[in-house]
Order: sequence, then C-alpha cells, then structure tokens
Amino acid sequence: MSDTESFLPEHPPVADWVNDFDHTDPRWTENPFPIWDELRAASPVVHTERFLGCYMPTTYEAVRAIANDTEHFSSRRVIVRDIRPEQTAKAPPITSDPPEHKPAKQLLLPPFTPDAMKKLEPRVRAICNELIDEFIADGKCDAAARYTKHIPVRAIAHMLGIPEKDGDLFINWIHEILELGIKSQETLMKAATEMDTYFAGHIEHRKTHPTDDLISTMMNARTKDGQPLSDEHVRGSLRLLLIAGIDTTWSAIGASLWHLAKTPVDRERLVREPSLMPLAVEELLRAYSPVTMAREVMKETTISGCPVKPGNMVLLSFPAANRDPKMFPDADKVVLDRKENRHAAFGLGIHRCVGSNLARMEMTVALEEWLKRIPDFRLDPAGKVTWSEGTVRGPRQLPVLFGKTA
Amino acid sequence: MAGKLKIRVDQDKCQGHARCKSLAPELFELDEYGNAHEIGDGTVPAGLEDKAWLAQTNCPEIAITVTEE
Repeated sequence: MSDTESFLPEHPPVADWVNDFDHTDPRWTENPFPIWDELRAASPVVHTERFLGCYMPTTYEAVRAIANDTEHFSSRRVIVRDIRPEQTAKAPPITSDPPEHKPAKQLLLPPFTPDAMKKLEPRVRAICNELIDEFIADGKCDAAARYTKHIPVRAIAHMLGIPEKDGDLFINWIHEILELGIKSQETLMKAATEMDTYFAGHIEHRKTHPTDDLISTMMNARTKDGQPLSDEHVRGSLRLLLIAGIDTTWSAIGASLWHLAKTPVDRERLVREPSLMPLAVEELLRAYSPVTMAREVMKETTISGCPVKPGNMVLLSFPAANRDPKMFPDADKVVLDRKENRHAAFGLGIHRCVGSNLARMEMTVALEEWLKRIPDFRLDPAGKVTWSEGTVRGPRQLPVLFGKTA
Repeated sequence: MAGKLKIRVDQDKCQGHARCKSLAPELFELDEYGNAHEIGDGTVPAGLEDKAWLAQTNCPEIAITVTEE
C-alpha cells in the first residue's frame, strides 16, 4: 500500500449507485455520465448514507428549484465532505446567504464584467502563446500539465496583483482544499491557514504600498454604511477568487481539449469555422461542466416531493443537470452549434459564478490560440487521461500528440 | 402580419450571466454589475428578431420575455 493510499480514509466501492452514491468513487471520477443517467432514471432525488448523509437532485428542474430557494437551502457549506466542522472558513459571497450575500457580491461584480475582461484578454493570449512556445517543438505534450493548468492561475494572479510565479503554491493549496480536504480535515485546515497567511502578507504590504490591483480594490471597498471590509472578509474573498478561479477553468479548458482531441469532426469544424467559437464554448461548458456545489438544508422542505430536514446536505450537481435530456435534447451529444442552451455550468440564481465572464474569456482564448497553432492533435495512445475527483471535475493528465495521424 | 417584437429583462431574475449581451449585443446592455437591460424601450429593430428569440431561449434564469406588439 502506498503512502498516499494510507493517508486518506478509503471509501468502500459503490455497489448500488441509486441508494449509496459516492461522487468521489473512481468510476464517477472517470465517467460520471452513465451513473447520472441511472440515478435520474431511478428518481429525481437520490440519497446516500455516505458523507454523514447526503441527497442529490438528478434533474435540471430540481437543481434550479434548490438554487433559487435560499430560504430553505443555505450556502454556508458548499462542499460535501466526510466531516462537517462547526467552523468552516468563510469565503464571501459564495458561502453567504441573504441578506449578507448581495452587498458582498456587488463588491466583486464590477471587476469581472465582460468589458473588464476585454482588458485582460491580451495578457491571457500572451500567456497561452508563452506556454505553447515551450512544448510545440516536441510534437506532443501533457496538455493539462503544460497548458490548461497554468492559464487561469496566471490570469487571476495578474488580476489580483500577486506574482504569476506563485502559481504552483496556489495549485497545491487548491488540490488540498478541494480534493484531499473532502476526506481529511487536517489537510484542509493546513492549506487554508497557509493561504490565509500568504494573503495577510499581501494585504499588510498594501496598507503602506497601495496598488491598483484587485486586492487593493477589495481593501478600498466600502460597505453601505461607509465602513471598510474587515481583513478577514478581504482574505475570505481572496481565498474564494483563487479557489474558484483556478482549477474550475483549468478543468473546463482541459475537458474541451480532451473532447476536441478525440472528436476530429468537431475539431476540424472549429478550425474551419472560428466564428462558431462562442456557441461551441457554451456547449462544451454544458457537456463538461466542471463544478458541483452543495447546499445545507436550513428548514424542513421537500425536493421533488422528497422530504429533507435541517442539517441534511444536498449535492448540487450542475454537471448532472446539464445532462438532463428533458431540458436538453440529445443531452449526451456535443452539438457545437446548439441553439437553445440554458446550461447551468456557472450555477443558477443569486450565486451565479462571479467569474463566469473571466472563465468564458479564458476558455475562448485558450482554445483559439491552441487551434491556431496546433490545429491537428489527438489523444496519445501510450498515455493515460486522468480526472480530478470531487467538487471540480476535469483532466489532470491529458497526453496528446500533435499533427495528423500517419 | 406579425407585429413588432419587444423585449424586456426582469431585473429580479437577471443574475448577470450575460448570455443575451453576447448573442444580441444590439439589443442588450450591461450595467456596472454586469446585469442586463434591454436597450431603449426594448423594441426590436427589423432584422434582429432571430437574435431576440436566441437571447430569450439561452437565458439561464428565464429572465427575458419577448412579446409581439
């Protein structure tokens, strides 16, 4: 048994998905789509005793209803874990409920509008090309490790005003919080503390050396009554931007490249018709949505007729909702020019992802620059594609070969 | 003969996904928070009817209504 295996309490393998689902099971990680179909066919909401008891709505309709019902469903815990510590590190606004949510979110919205993202776009295009320069001559690469992984972290570092070279630190913390932290409280707390200390240093420095980056914007923000935000609030929001802004988009870009690597007809079409990119990005977001959230039940209510009680956790799978055939005809097919696509990749309701415009811009630019320079590529049969588990799903190893098949 | 189309964004429902702005920039504008508003009184100029419907059918929050006058 390796050290890694003994470090994490293992979950027993799932024998009955409908009554005992586990979104950290290796089969779910590898290929969740048939599992979701099985769950949806069984019931609009399923339950597992794992994770101290957890429900999961399986239809788009139920996911929308929960996302819009902030009275019964709280965001104070947005990740389903083995453990449920009383004090979780707050990351406003994603962990906020009304009435605190709106003012916290409004502070973050202006820096993330589509117009603001246009200003950042040239830097992201340059980042993509710097990365491609490093491996294009090799004729192959691990597109996750060499490309998709680095784009969002450098972009968000650029926005926050912290060194792009600190990217590996952030990536490691995020892995510890979002993946290892599902099963280990100790790893979770260690990563959260290190991250807090890191940001506390940047905040302190700006108190005497103000900058015009997003950290200073947060520090200069005032509440309705003219009060500055507490350092704790600023650190919490920075923690959120980093956690939410990195492996999510890394996953979305990676899953898109994975799809294009194994689907020549779609890849060739996008190369031939670059104007299709906006619709294609939405469809790839729908088909391979990376982010699953959670809610905690605050008051007794029902989900699609199923009673739930205060304290119950609910796994809110936007990716599964986006595969609901009742909402999306041919839900399991990628239709690059899908005309009607109300996908929920960025959530629904008041918690719509604050970085959705950033994510879309990064995806668009990353795919455009890759296809310009590497129009022909395919999965490397000698390598293995691996996927991250848990809250954010995307390829973590994506070995591809460049050029046409011989 | 079909009348003119008119669009309206329900401000209570809009969450700023900005899909409408991306699909029909001639018909929608965003405020400083990124939330969408119909341009002018929401009357859809001739030739942009398809874009109005496209925006309506892609809004994740079902916040856009299109009516025929």
